[in-house]
Amino acid sequence: MQSKKSSSRNKGITLKNITESKGFTAFTSVLLAIFLGLIFGFIVMAFAGPQNVFKGFSYILLGGFGRFGDVLYFATPILMTGLSVGLAFRMGLFNIGASGQYTMGMFFALYVGFMWDLPPEIHWIAAIIAGMVGGMLWGFIPGIFKAFLNVNEVITTIMFNYIGMYLVDMLIQGNLVLYLSSNARTNYLPRTVQLPSLGIMGSNVNVGIIMAVIIGIILFIVLEKTTFGYELKATGFNKHASNYAGMKGKTNIILTMVIAGGLAGLGGAFAILAPSAIAGSSMTYEPINIIAVNGFNGIAVALLGSANPIGIIFSATFISFIQRGGTLANLVGYKPEIIDVVIAVIIYFSAFAMIMNSGIGRFIKKYIIKKPHTNILLEDLEAVEEEIEVQNKEAE
Amino acid sequence: MSTVYYLIQNMLPVAIPLLLVALGGMFSERSGIVNIALEGIMLFGAFFGALFVFFIQKSQIDPQVIILIGMVVAGFSGLIYSLLLSFAAVTMKANQTITGVSLNMLIPAAILLFSKMFFNSDGITTNMNFYIRKVPVLGDIPFIGEMFFQKTYLTVVLGLFFLVISVIVFYKTRFGLRLRACGEHPQAADSVGINVYFMRYAGVSISGILGGIGGFFYSVGVLDGNVNGHTGVAGFGFLALAVMIFGQWKPIRILLAALFFAFLRTLAYSVVLIPFLDNLGINQTYYKMLPYIATMVVLAFTSRKSRAPKAEGIPYDKALR
Repeated sequence: MQSKKSSSRNKGITLKNITESKGFTAFTSVLLAIFLGLIFGFIVMAFAGPQNVFKGFSYILLGGFGRFGDVLYFATPILMTGLSVGLAFRMGLFNIGASGQYTMGMFFALYVGFMWDLPPEIHWIAAIIAGMVGGMLWGFIPGIFKAFLNVNEVITTIMFNYIGMYLVDMLIQGNLVLYLSSNARTNYLPRTVQLPSLGIMGSNVNVGIIMAVIIGIILFIVLEKTTFGYELKATGFNKHASNYAGMKGKTNIILTMVIAGGLAGLGGAFAILAPSAIAGSSMTYEPINIIAVNGFNGIAVALLGSANPIGIIFSATFISFIQRGGTLANLVGYKPEIIDVVIAVIIYFSAFAMIMNSGIGRFIKKYIIKKPHTNILLEDLEAVEEEIEVQNKEAE
Repeated sequence: MSTVYYLIQNMLPVAIPLLLVALGGMFSERSGIVNIALEGIMLFGAFFGALFVFFIQKSQIDPQVIILIGMVVAGFSGLIYSLLLSFAAVTMKANQTITGVSLNMLIPAAILLFSKMFFNSDGITTNMNFYIRKVPVLGDIPFIGEMFFQKTYLTVVLGLFFLVISVIVFYKTRFGLRLRACGEHPQAADSVGINVYFMRYAGVSISGILGGIGGFFYSVGVLDGNVNGHTGVAGFGFLALAVMIFGQWKPIRILLAALFFAFLRTLAYSVVLIPFLDNLGINQTYYKMLPYIATMVVLAFTSRKSRAPKAEGIPYDKALR
């Protein structure tokens, strides 16, 4: 027992403190999940076409580097919807409705882009703000339903995905300025409302990604450093306790849903307003009665980023990265759907990667390092050991 | 009157998948596991059911028998797929929502991948005709016969049969009582010797079976036996969740909720055929939104007293008793 007295009580930044912090564990478990997901993808590819498997797999792993601008371009919308889902998740709300909010954002941005006559300097900014307002509106209603009528937000947001999708499709088809019925899509947005491109040759990266990252960082600060963020997280941990502590649960629910909706709406605006050379990926909307995929991808992004805004920035980039790699793997005959399978498997594993991770950690400590866990205070350790002994005795 | 017949004949094949999948969700949630994965389970069942039909369609077996066998195939595959959820949620104590979402994401992509590789299309297309023009004898009953036994599918009867079985299992057996106990207070259930892990596995597995069958019935009754990776089951798994909550986690109410939703949906898609509604000149899209809006309105009025199973979503840990 004496040897344990040297347990590290200092709170300085040492390697050990970093490796044993909660964030680091979350990070390694995500890495573990990604690793397992990629292995699964490799196996699927090996079954699909064994001859090119290494080439295809290297495209997936490395292909994104060659087109990093496009990686960021495609990361922008899912980063925003990811932040939307992630923020609601911290509050204990599950915002499946990012798709509907995203679609509303697209529509509002399109509408301002076409119908309002503004000077070019502020036109695109107005369109972005309009997109945010559209998303906010579509987050506000489920928030009201949840706060005052106790309707499960999962249901409300699913319903509002459909309502929003049908509504937007109808409004667009009914508007002759926006809609080109011969092409079954809207007109291309005028140049004045397109986001400024970052001007990197051969890529579509635009100012949207910078804004998205800044919003992510702001959100991180709000969550970690403000009363609102604290109340939000506290409500997520224990609704009743935070209510008891005098936090305004209902206002916070509505506020969270409004912000989450606004974030997803911004994602829609960034997506539709981006100048792009990739046909059909931006600047125009096709009313084909399909719920926006980017909303659901946002769920994956948020979950992979552990609902932490900084984590979400990275996970959005990562998912966009391997998606680009997947389109490249198409060159050697692999279907890009493999990437969707890989992402789903990664999310599946990430759901219990924490547990697997700690299991592996225990295994390593027990059989390889053979050293007791020293970061816990000695008293705690003894208390835990006593408790275990008592339990063991009871079990006998 | 023919309009009424038409609506009912078209409503039932839509209501049955919703009913079955919502019942599945009920079994899972009453055992304490949130089952967001219903959409994926449905699609998985529908896919394997359709795959089975695809391979057997050239034989001379009666279509109704094929439905029966396909139903078993779909139920079994749904069961297998749901094991992924129960393994993560019960054994690994993972977050049930995250697991469910990942299972939903996996299947459409996997189906597209598989279909593109082997069929060079986005899904499975079959040429089977499951439609029953008129049931002999029963179809001749005036009124009722025309409503329920003409222009229908076998799935309707089977679905109602499963509803009856579900009600009996849920309320009249020891198993059902134990299952419900695990969703309300697993610690208490464990203290009287009920194996909570087993009951939760059972609940999710039943939801897998019903979800798979529901998916296959959707493919039979709504898509004419086809399955497509892009449209999937058109959000029916999520709608079933809504129907389940709307039905307050109780079988008979779930039936009513499913009928309500299916009726409005059928109405929305057949506005053109109903002269009265067609003459109103309202944009058809409003009708398409109607089922969702109506569900919201009903939920707004009924949800104040809504009570989800108490222990739902919380992994059961023996050590925390």
